[in-house]
Amino acid sequence: MKMKSTQALFECLLEQGVDTVFGYPGGTILNVYDEFERNGYGKKIRHILTAHEQGAAHAADGYARSTGKVGVCFATSGPGATNLTTGIATAYMDSSPVVFLSVNVGENLIGRDAFQEVDITGITMPITKATYLVRDASQLADIVREAFAVAASGRPGPVLIDILKNVTAEEVDFTPLPKEEHIKHGRLAALANRASSPLKHPAPKEKDLETLLQLIQKAKKPMVLAGGGIIRSGASKEFTAFVEKLDAPVAVTLMGQGAISGRHPLCTGMIGMHGTMASNVTTAACDLFIAVGTRFSDRVTCDLAQFSQQAKVVHIDIDRSEIDKNVVTAYHIIGDAKEILKALCDRMPQYQHKEWLEQVDGWRKEPDRQRSGMLDPKEVFASIDRQLGDDVIIATDVGQHQMWAAQYYNYSRPGQLLTSGGFGTMGFGLGAAIGAKIGNPDRVVIHATGDGCLRMNGNEYATAEYYGAPVITVLFNNGTLGMVRQWQTLIYNKRYAQTDLDRGPDFLKYAAAFGMPAWRVETAEQFDEALKQAIQCGQSALIECIIDIDEKVWPMVAGGAPITQFLLK
Amino acid sequence: MQHHTISALVENSAGVLSQVSRLFSRKGYNIESLAVGVTDDPAISRITIIMIGDDLAAKQMISQFRKLRPVIYVQEMDAEQSVHRELLLVKVKTETKDARDEVIQISNIFRANIIDVSRGALTLSITGDTEKNNALIKLLEEFGILELARTGIVALERGPYTIHDENK
Repeated sequence: MKMKSTQALFECLLEQGVDTVFGYPGGTILNVYDEFERNGYGKKIRHILTAHEQGAAHAADGYARSTGKVGVCFATSGPGATNLTTGIATAYMDSSPVVFLSVNVGENLIGRDAFQEVDITGITMPITKATYLVRDASQLADIVREAFAVAASGRPGPVLIDILKNVTAEEVDFTPLPKEEHIKHGRLAALANRASSPLKHPAPKEKDLETLLQLIQKAKKPMVLAGGGIIRSGASKEFTAFVEKLDAPVAVTLMGQGAISGRHPLCTGMIGMHGTMASNVTTAACDLFIAVGTRFSDRVTCDLAQFSQQAKVVHIDIDRSEIDKNVVTAYHIIGDAKEILKALCDRMPQYQHKEWLEQVDGWRKEPDRQRSGMLDPKEVFASIDRQLGDDVIIATDVGQHQMWAAQYYNYSRPGQLLTSGGFGTMGFGLGAAIGAKIGNPDRVVIHATGDGCLRMNGNEYATAEYYGAPVITVLFNNGTLGMVRQWQTLIYNKRYAQTDLDRGPDFLKYAAAFGMPAWRVETAEQFDEALKQAIQCGQSALIECIIDIDEKVWPMVAGGAPITQFLLK
Repeated sequence: MQHHTISALVENSAGVLSQVSRLFSRKGYNIESLAVGVTDDPAISRITIIMIGDDLAAKQMISQFRKLRPVIYVQEMDAEQSVHRELLLVKVKTETKDARDEVIQISNIFRANIIDVSRGALTLSITGDTEKNNALIKLLEEFGILELARTGIVALERGPYTIHDENK
């Protein structure tokens, strides 16, 4: 079928079931955007125009994380493309599947430092699973099909397609192909045939399962760590069944929140720098440490050399390159968490580790927190839990409020907490919340943030309001970059270099500028009431919680210290 | 710390070499030599890398390498079970007849070829493994090496085995 290459591009998006694209137009990508109007693709695929390409990137990411579908994001060349990079790196570090599509200058201008020309495939190489430069229109459909498959398969992640402008003006012969058939044709077929193909993963081998089952049988004090791989694999049901049969304590990473309900009696809460005492001490006391779908980040392990040294460490992950990268393991199984956990569960007797669990329960201690008398962040999350419970999606920015969101809320399902765990991107939250709301219109989406983060990408309220994708911002305003100040207080002898944010804006007026209702609250009762009204108002809303400038995240292990060496207040 | 020879088949397309070399630099791997050239299939190039590190580092590098989209096969070459060669071109100062004679003699012993002659200098070409080539360089140093270029190591397995067998 002869058609314009841009039309073929949209046909490819429809093949993938894409119904939403986040993006921002510009000079070089005009031919692509023209299709929204010219052939009416705008009726089948909704375009969400954000205030900034970074917001579009985070929104596509938040959409992907909260729906399990591949997110799609468009940008023009040059600054449009480079504005995506923080969003791409954020998606990459947290293994979120997003297809980014940019259009570069035409072939006749490439390499001539043309207006808005940049080597975006070169720039994004280290922060994507794959990059594609399309110089030949006949390759476009094949490349788009491959890009979607690569983004979603194995350990998911972002990919970038950069198309030359002249390619977007050409005619192609397009053959429609249902999604299930893609793997049998063209580049994808070749990729699938490779020995180390990223598109397939072997089923767990009986021998490997047997070895692990023997380790489990010998263990007297097993523990399990749930990572983000369980979320991406959709394996929370299998995971919960596995740990119940193993009868072992479970710690979760920041990205693993929701792999098992935070209310589950086996769950000891978060591990690592701001982990619970129970999780961290158990890590240093267990004799078998089974890590599922996690990469042993420095925020998890703390001092790597001393991490769980007394235990046999077993690693289950889909990405072979994560094995022995940070923690050298005694045993590993490569594959999909869902399949492996189910296979283990099927072959395992019901264990009882009553004494061990009692010992672990003895380590469940509330951290000793000094109260300022001002509004307690813990009470804020308790109020959200009371009013919204399991239905809510919480998207966070980065810093103290992010840790409170992880510590003080019991997540019960995958995709309930959206947070930039690996890259730690301030300004992620609002875009991600908008993407989540657009992908999950029936759920209430809370955007938890701080005053530092909101000043970065607050411009996206215009997007939320325009597209009727209301998000409720819970702003923890302490007038400072709280997490950095916490380090300055504890480690830098209270030298507060450049962390005071004593310069506005007035966030109530800021919200008003977008037509949003907003409340400033100083007590838990006021917050309760404001949240009730925010939920009812049916539009985006902002609740500014005034908290103490020296409110801290406890517990805390200093960077590089052993996991059980908690700082005292 | 030991030398590891890693051989890979990659797609012969723009940007692949830069993607590979950037992987090594950003992961902090210590690369001693990197050689690349097209294979009998014009769509495929072979990259040979000599890396210094322990076994764990080599294993980690191979799994990172394998993840790159344009990389088709990767294999670590066993030093005993493979042949390694590199091409070395070296321009030596030979201002006197004695010097010239002696360099020609050394060249013969090493089975190097003299590929360019002028009054003041000889250019030798030699193909061998790194140790042999280093030994030649050492001997030529006393005459004065004007310039030197080497291709980096390429390697293939001994016997009928190929990289395809390893990856089956």
